Amino acid sequence: MKMAEWEEVERILKKYSTKEDLIPVLEDLQEEFGYLSEEMLERAAKKLNVPFVTVSGVATFYSSFRLTPRGKYHIQICRGTACHIFRSDKLLTYFEKKLGIKAGGVTPDGKFSLVPVNCIGACAKAPAMMINEKVYGNLTEEKIDKILSELK
Amino acid sequence: MKQISEILDVEKGKKELEQDRITVGVATCGISAGADKTLEKLKTAGLSLLVEGVGCAGSCYAEPIVTVKQNGLLSIYGYVTEDKADKLIESIRNSQVCEEMLLGHKLEDIEFYKKQLRIVMKNCGFINGLSLEQYAANGGFTGLANALKLQPSQLIEEVKRSKLRGRGGAGFLTGMKWGFLAAKQGRKFIVCNGDEGDPGAFMNRTVMESDPFSIIEGMIIASYATGAKEGIIYTRTEYPLAIKTIEKALVMLKDKGLLGKSILGVEGFDFDIILKKGAGAFVCGEETALIASVMGKRGHPRFRPPYPADKGVYDCPTNINNVGTLANISKILAMGVDEYIKIGTEKTKGTKDICLTGKVKRTGIVEVPMGTKLREIIFDAGGGPVEGTNFKAVQIGGPSGGCLTEADLDLPLDYEPLQNAGAIMGSGGMVVINDESCMVNVAKYFTAFTRSESCGKCTPCREGNTRMNEILDRITKGLGTEQDIKKLKLLAEYIRDNSLCNLGKTAPNPVLSTIAKFPEEYDAHIKEKRCPSKVCIELLKYIINEKCTGCGACARVCPTNAITGRIKERHVIEQAKCIKCGNCYDICAFNAIDRK
Repeated sequence: MKMAEWEEVERILKKYSTKEDLIPVLEDLQEEFGYLSEEMLERAAKKLNVPFVTVSGVATFYSSFRLTPRGKYHIQICRGTACHIFRSDKLLTYFEKKLGIKAGGVTPDGKFSLVPVNCIGACAKAPAMMINEKVYGNLTEEKIDKILSELK
Repeated sequence: MKQISEILDVEKGKKELEQDRITVGVATCGISAGADKTLEKLKTAGLSLLVEGVGCAGSCYAEPIVTVKQNGLLSIYGYVTEDKADKLIESIRNSQVCEEMLLGHKLEDIEFYKKQLRIVMKNCGFINGLSLEQYAANGGFTGLANALKLQPSQLIEEVKRSKLRGRGGAGFLTGMKWGFLAAKQGRKFIVCNGDEGDPGAFMNRTVMESDPFSIIEGMIIASYATGAKEGIIYTRTEYPLAIKTIEKALVMLKDKGLLGKSILGVEGFDFDIILKKGAGAFVCGEETALIASVMGKRGHPRFRPPYPADKGVYDCPTNINNVGTLANISKILAMGVDEYIKIGTEKTKGTKDICLTGKVKRTGIVEVPMGTKLREIIFDAGGGPVEGTNFKAVQIGGPSGGCLTEADLDLPLDYEPLQNAGAIMGSGGMVVINDESCMVNVAKYFTAFTRSESCGKCTPCREGNTRMNEILDRITKGLGTEQDIKKLKLLAEYIRDNSLCNLGKTAPNPVLSTIAKFPEEYDAHIKEKRCPSKVCIELLKYIINEKCTGCGACARVCPTNAITGRIKERHVIEQAKCIKCGNCYDICAFNAIDRK
């Protein structure tokens, strides 16, 4: 890890002190760096005075934590019930084909990462997805093409 | 004690609500349909009317929703996407109603709302969710003021008398729950459960985004009733807009002294709230798992007792109420318990906000009195299944619930009748399924969901649901045997009886209800190796019929070169090579490919 990154990690950790803060710590680190590296988990464990195994246990339990870098645009395909009824499984396959990566992967240029997610709560607009924090609804393959072409 | 009108400029809020203005629903549903762009366009159009973003009114099907109040006349418009906004702007400039996009002049004009009674959703989509003045002007904080007129013990009796039942799904009496906490001494907590993980449910998200103060007001009332001085709102990380809205709302309330020390100047009435984000785990909706997550641990449930009322956050007595329950509280105490108990059924009072989704014409949030027939929700409000298809089932209650069929549609919306029919009220998600969906595939979907979301602590849920998923996967691939139904039932019983938490105990419900209601679909898959709804691809067969003109289009899109034939002659699909991708079926312009 570079010096500047270390400093950033330390700056985030400074805000927290108790073991109950573990999830917010990991959330903040991930928000800053896009993922959680082993070094970051080690630092968090030291700072909050909890065993590394606990930190890694929490980081791997919750699905929103990533241990590998994500793309500039993080695409979450909703796999909730309503989206399933609208065949969001096919849209996931479409994305895999279009981006040339499997679910869970990142494009080689680091631009896109793709994951299925269990319900984003946009069920009335199924099938839906989230790219970073923006929700898109009533998706079709054509719509996906248009949305992706607009992401620079 | 200070009055709300001393703290907030209620008159200003009133004026804002009464004056001519334009609103755009910019909650998540609206934004997903492009409402943010519509809002921007209306704001920059140089209109003389005030343009304001509001929450979601629940009619998600017609998003983006715009309301225009001009010369005192309210018009509610639907489907106002960015490209159609120009037309609306033109109409507004000419002081005309834009008939083309008009849904109605009041909610009751609109088919979707005719059967609705909006209590929890009252403010949603009509006030700026982050305007304390508008909230107060529309009846906000009346519930709190009324609550403070009572002694805490009297207040709990009032809540008991309202018969309000927990809206998270279990339906436990809220007043009783509060009573348990009030009886405890020392440090205690009020937790608002906003971890709405049920796929198909988004009512909590909508209220958090559209009317956050009503939830927090409910928590303040709960604090007064129970003596808890610390509050926590736990929200899913998948709801970024709800998180931001709640964060802002908390800051505003602290600013005005409605949270913190001596609320409304009442000596000793101290209550503060912090926001905790989940990190993506369905199981954290379960109260003991939620507590573990709040404490920074893996979201593992634990045995009860001890119940959270004895041992919760920091091992202190804790009360966990759903977002919907708390939003109800502020409204119930504002309207008065006597009025409230006139609504609903004998056992269950009030309304329920239902998320109607799936293959139904009008999707969104339908808030109806308890006891309303399911048919009225799905067919009157929702307009029935999408054009050209038939109603097959409605899935109620998410991964803990079940499917009901046409024969069940006259059931009243209430906890017990739904449970007796094989579904549950749950958080109130209803996914309408039409004849395009395969029920075995739906059952498989739910076991896959539970398999990925099981926390893994207890074996029956972790292994049992995995085995169920494997069996169902086999059936959908044409490898099922007649023993499989028996095995599924046996596993279901085992998982139900031996799982640690309610999520595990109820996980077999979607499977059992599809087996009970759709035995013929299981039979077709297992005995005839056929998927009647043509969803399970391994069971499909593509055959070229005599309509084939030999154009060769299908052969060109076949990824495995399974289609052969001379040009202008009927082609043939070599079944052994076919991977059932359906490319040929989609491209054929002559209906020459049969899918069986």
